[in-house]
Amino acid sequence: MSLTRTTPAQTDPTQPLAAESAAEATQRTPEALPPTPRRLALTRARGHGGLLIGGTIIALLVLVAIFAPLLAPHDPFAQSLSARMLPPVWAEGGNPEYLLGTDQNGRDYLSRLIYGARISLMIGLGAACIGMVIGVTLGVIAGYFGGWIDHAVSFLLTAQLALPGLLLAMALVFIIGPSVWVVICIVGVLHWTYYLVVTRAATQRIRSLDFVAAARAAGASPGQVIRHEILPNLVSAIIVIFTFELGIAILAESSLSFLGVGIQPPMPSWGLMIAEGKQAMFYRPWLVVLPGLCLFALVIGANLLGDGLRDVTSPDGRN
Amino acid sequence: MPMLEIDNLSVSLDLPAGPLHAVRDVSLSLDRGESLGIVGESGSGKSMSALALMRLLPRRAGMTADAMRFDGTELTRVDEATFARDYLGPKLGMIFQEPMTSLNPVYRIGRQLTEASVRSGKLSASAARERAIELLDRVGIPEPRARMAQYPHQLSGGQRQRVMIAMALMMEPDLLIADEPTTALDVTVQAQIMELLADLRREMGMGMILITHDLAVVARNVDRVAVMYGGEVVESGAAASVLRQPRHPYTRALLGAIPRTDGPVRKLEAIPGTVPSLYARPRSCVFAPRCAQARPECTASRPPVQGDADHWRRCVLADAELRAAQQAPEVIERARTGAAETALEARGVSRVFQSRKGLFGPPHEIRAVDNVDLSVHRGEILALVGESGSGKSTLARMLLGLDAPTSGEILLDGIPVSDMAPMDRAGRVQPIFQDPYSSLNPRRTLAEIIARPLALRGEGDAGARRRKAREMMELVRLPDRLLHSYPSQLSGGQRQRVAIARALVTDPRMLVCDEPTSALDVSVQAQILNLLSELQRDLGLTCLLITHDMAVVHQIATRVAVMLNGQLIETGLAEDVLVRPQTTYTRRLLAAAPRFEHDEAASEDMAP
Repeated sequence: MSLTRTTPAQTDPTQPLAAESAAEATQRTPEALPPTPRRLALTRARGHGGLLIGGTIIALLVLVAIFAPLLAPHDPFAQSLSARMLPPVWAEGGNPEYLLGTDQNGRDYLSRLIYGARISLMIGLGAACIGMVIGVTLGVIAGYFGGWIDHAVSFLLTAQLALPGLLLAMALVFIIGPSVWVVICIVGVLHWTYYLVVTRAATQRIRSLDFVAAARAAGASPGQVIRHEILPNLVSAIIVIFTFELGIAILAESSLSFLGVGIQPPMPSWGLMIAEGKQAMFYRPWLVVLPGLCLFALVIGANLLGDGLRDVTSPDGRN
Repeated sequence: MPMLEIDNLSVSLDLPAGPLHAVRDVSLSLDRGESLGIVGESGSGKSMSALALMRLLPRRAGMTADAMRFDGTELTRVDEATFARDYLGPKLGMIFQEPMTSLNPVYRIGRQLTEASVRSGKLSASAARERAIELLDRVGIPEPRARMAQYPHQLSGGQRQRVMIAMALMMEPDLLIADEPTTALDVTVQAQIMELLADLRREMGMGMILITHDLAVVARNVDRVAVMYGGEVVESGAAASVLRQPRHPYTRALLGAIPRTDGPVRKLEAIPGTVPSLYARPRSCVFAPRCAQARPECTASRPPVQGDADHWRRCVLADAELRAAQQAPEVIERARTGAAETALEARGVSRVFQSRKGLFGPPHEIRAVDNVDLSVHRGEILALVGESGSGKSTLARMLLGLDAPTSGEILLDGIPVSDMAPMDRAGRVQPIFQDPYSSLNPRRTLAEIIARPLALRGEGDAGARRRKAREMMELVRLPDRLLHSYPSQLSGGQRQRVAIARALVTDPRMLVCDEPTSALDVSVQAQILNLLSELQRDLGLTCLLITHDMAVVHQIATRVAVMLNGQLIETGLAEDVLVRPQTTYTRRLLAAAPRFEHDEAASEDMAP
């Protein structure tokens, strides 16, 4: 109640206390503060179907990746020539020991899919992180300083957008030599443009707000302004792009692996599994369909999560 | 029979926190050719009432009304298509607050003016064009024929608002609803627009509903007034009667909160607290929590309506009781220049902005500040007055070190600002900005925001800074429990207090306040102005106050400097400049300032 009495008049003895308590019952503000931004977001999140579905998919896949050794029924690399090309258990000729069947080399497909989640998530997260560091750094610097720095960064952006990404990635992996880390770095280095475009525009907008001027008038250096005033306001935008880029990076890895310059056999990657299964696609379709479904679920999950986070954290809160 | 009759209109908004009862049981009526002012602070539901009538409510809003009659037709039974064709435009016209966004930037003025009347088949294309030119001329736009081919960005804010008025008049509406038509405009333009509206209304016999937060605007321009608070009409009646003999404590307090432009300076009667948002139907008087005369029965039940149709109020207090509480507020001393010591001096300061059209276009120069010599004495409040674009904010940015002058020199305590280290400068002068909604980082708690300047200076440890933040909150009279809340949880007035606390936390000797109250409601403006003048007096602060409001100048300034087109055209003691302005421009500013005549005779009638 003290909130409504913020001026000298607050000590006015003519105001009966009864008046205040009864009024409190009907007026939730300003007696009770409106919810904090975080609590408001949580309330919205609870009613957001897409966010819940996407979050559940991603959480499940992350758990599967972490506990792969416990979950996988077989060694994903163990070959068994006697049990090649078994169909899944529900199809005719399925073997209950291999729930999702086996591949051309008789390796358990379920185990390979489970271990494949590790590779896909690692590449997705790693590449999205590298892209984030590059894109956000460039975007904030360009947006904050403007002038020729902005021109230079914009030129870099235009150049990057003009490059055929997949072709360049193929060439680079081919030259450097394929490994998981090389694929992560190259996919990451090629996927920072969304971060840059969004953070640059947001920084330009935030920079013109009075709280930045107040910080500068209080003697803050550009670095302090960026760290303390600007970055916290970019967080929700960055998270949204991160989930989006996560999906893109996983698809990029799959494309590279499918084309033979990504993850190298016998590592289990979903993209590689599709590539390996493509010769037998017409009479053993599940070899392609199963990893495809996994990829689909992961990318859809990431995008639903990202869209949901955007809705939940945006001030107007569409949902 | 009245032209418009609204009975028990209620509007509720579906918000995440629950249904917000923005308007409750509002009844209004308006005769043909009559003008009604709906006055209230932000959040009082005045705009929602008008939007409900126009069927322009936001998507999450729902409305109910017992009756809503226009010329005898029950509007609630008219379907959407008929309403859009027969009512919006030909019968009901509307002017919005923000002239910068209410015209479509990609169409020419002419097309926007004529589109509605041509499409509805009311006028042929050429007839509509002729009428549009005639109206543009009538609303005071020079060379109307040429303007028809221009785009909105080629017009000034005042001109755009004139175009909006012309657009509303194209269909010759019977009733014009003007929602804060002048709030976004400069004072001199405000006066012209209000005069124009009054003339047009007389000429065309139009009814008008004028929605505003400014009692002074209402006092001059309408026949009847309805004062809204917390979604209800609390007092209503003939304009002269309501404004001269207010019968509701809220109206009285609101009138007392308006600074005046003449006479002795009195402490403003700030209404404590903020305008409430009602999430439940009130069972008591909505104003009781802020009312100085509240008593138990005010919260026990809804207050009765007293008075007659010409002037009624919703309050339990009898006239005699109202009178008893009436007292003239104390006269306060204006800040004086004690020493002739100069705190801040600008010597021949100019700021030229250069821009090019495209990468290789010819350079284009704007002299935002042109050779300004200005000095601020220690311990005084110097008001820098001028309209938008006069260069006063640019000058302030340079004084704060946020921008560097193209030529000339700024001395702070005798030392050139350009030679100062940022921290040194920050310890001497701090800003308070106009918009409390953008001056606080939404991602930081109040404790972090207020203590941030200390953290930047590396003063004290976290605990000491926290204690200092608490002290500052007490100084600006913010309750302690807000320490860990976020800016979005606060009202505009509270945010401005936080900004003041942040500015004072490093004990600067000078403040630069850029329109510190122009984004706030009158009652909150009074709180902030009182706070600023108290702080200035108690802490001996030097203050440069940028404002366009002559009443604010009269209320707290020691000296005045008037700017026009980047040049300083007049300086002097506040009482001299306000009473005997030397330049025509200052005289015009003063004449245009909407003023409310605090009629002493009327108050005496209330308090014999």
